[in-house]
Amino acid sequence: MTGSTGSTAVEITGLKKSFGDLEVLRDIDLVVQRGEVVCIIGPSGSGKSTMLRCVNLLEEPTGGKIVVEGVELTDPDVDIDAARRRIGMVFQSFNLFSHLRVLDNLTIAQRKVLKRGKAEAEEVALRNLERVGLLDKAHALPGQLSGGQQQRVAIARALSMDPEVMLFDEPTSALDPELVGDVLAVMRQLADEGMTMLVVTHEMQFAREVADKVLFMDGGYVVEQGPAERVIGDPQHERTKTFLARVLNPNHLGTDA
Amino acid sequence: MALSKRKRAQVFRGAQYGLLVLVVLVVALVADWGEIKRAFFNLDIAASMFPGVITIALKNTIVYTALGFGFGLALGLVLALMKLSSVAPYRWIATIYIEFFRGVPALLVFIALSFGVPLAFQLQFDIYSTVMLALGIVGAAYMAETIRAGLQAVPKGQVEAARSLGMSQGRAMISIVIPQAFRIVLPPLTNELILLTKDSSLIYIIGLARDQYELTKFGRETLSRSPSLTPILVVGLCYLIITLPLGYLSRYLERRTGGKKVSSPESTGLGVSA
Ligand SMILES: Nc1ncnc2c1ncn2[C@@H]1O[C@H](COP(=O)(O)OP(=O)(O)OP(=O)(O)O)[C@@H](O)[C@H]1O
Ligand SMILES: [Mg+2]
Repeated sequence: MTGSTGSTAVEITGLKKSFGDLEVLRDIDLVVQRGEVVCIIGPSGSGKSTMLRCVNLLEEPTGGKIVVEGVELTDPDVDIDAARRRIGMVFQSFNLFSHLRVLDNLTIAQRKVLKRGKAEAEEVALRNLERVGLLDKAHALPGQLSGGQQQRVAIARALSMDPEVMLFDEPTSALDPELVGDVLAVMRQLADEGMTMLVVTHEMQFAREVADKVLFMDGGYVVEQGPAERVIGDPQHERTKTFLARVLNPNHLGTDA
Repeated sequence: MALSKRKRAQVFRGAQYGLLVLVVLVVALVADWGEIKRAFFNLDIAASMFPGVITIALKNTIVYTALGFGFGLALGLVLALMKLSSVAPYRWIATIYIEFFRGVPALLVFIALSFGVPLAFQLQFDIYSTVMLALGIVGAAYMAETIRAGLQAVPKGQVEAARSLGMSQGRAMISIVIPQAFRIVLPPLTNELILLTKDSSLIYIIGLARDQYELTKFGRETLSRSPSLTPILVVGLCYLIITLPLGYLSRYLERRTGGKKVSSPESTGLGVSA
């Protein structure tokens, strides 16, 4: 199951996912190269989160194949906990461990999963907190932080496991507008450092500037994918155009009839 | 004459105060205060109970309760996890256990362990084991439901975050869900501790040596020598030494956790696949 996959980080083939009778993902294909940033856009309910969650098996696919860094996750015999260690996930609602201080949020999985010693785990944690600009919050409880700070801690927590791929599910959607910038700056920096990233987002500006590839999803299909300037700047499909018109120009809902 | 609603409420309240004053007056006039003082507040009898009532009885009540609570908590946690298991027979066993032991008197369990088991199995528990098992077996049935609700009240996202960091289901349970659940269920568990403190008195059915007496037995034994209600009052007050602070603690913890409700099955943190 481990093969030489060259520079491919994530390969999704014929991915299907249903919840009961509801077909959420009908047939998804996607190849992400190492170091690529892929932004996934699309209307609410189009299956963006579900697809992202399939990539670390928080949702079990109904069909198809997912290979991450040479390991086929859809193989029934795969060690899923081992595979997930290499895939970082950042949630819309942060999901920091509310009973643990920031530093412990960053060290607990390093210690219990990677079996790192206390000193090493804390060193890694502090380095990542510095990366997201929150070194001074190491001893705070999550509840004492703003949403933007919590999300940056969540990113640092994922980074502390030294992931090869990072998944972001609308990381800024739950934030007050003035806090969005800090989180996007951290993600931009991460992209510059060469992290492979799959980002579900409604931040078109970010997608335009940072994404190597943009995916437009609707109704469980990838309707359109390609370079950001093409998919966002010059969409070919009618549904993409409609969606972008609404997102980029939310005051004119004329086409939404 | 039609009274306004407010006027009527005033008259009604006045009548209640009047009745109260009347009853107090009657009791104060009729009661034989000397008799009452002798019956309840006999200082000689009270003094004769010290220091044993503290050094033996109160201490044993605390020890018995702690043993029962500790065992009950561990068993209750296991039962709660069984109730949430994806393996149906575990859920059935836990349900049957919980329904059974919540439905029978605790005294019956004490009798079973102190008289039934020795007769049936030629197996004699010592006093500490008997108390620990009996209180624990009954307490676990109540605590299991509380803990289950607490486990389910931990938001689903916490488990997802733990799993996505590579933690196994069990590790996420131990490191993330259980610690958070215990914060949520601390107030109801404190109440359970109060109930067990009182139930520890049921051990009286066993023949106890004097240094094994707990509060109720101690009071009853003093009573047999001193025909007065004073011993009962003294041990009663000793129970309050334990239960009142626990009650305050429980309410304090409840306020601190913001009275977080522990019964939303939707938010179960336990259904992550794989
Ligand atoms: N656990 C689940 N059980 C049943 N249906 C689900 C579940 N998760 C998602 N769905 C359904 O799947 C569809 C796609 O959901 P998904 O969350 O992937 O959409 P999305 O594109 O991320 O939308 P949004 O932009 O609102 O986050 C929706 O109709 C949703 O109701
Ligand atoms: Mg979503």
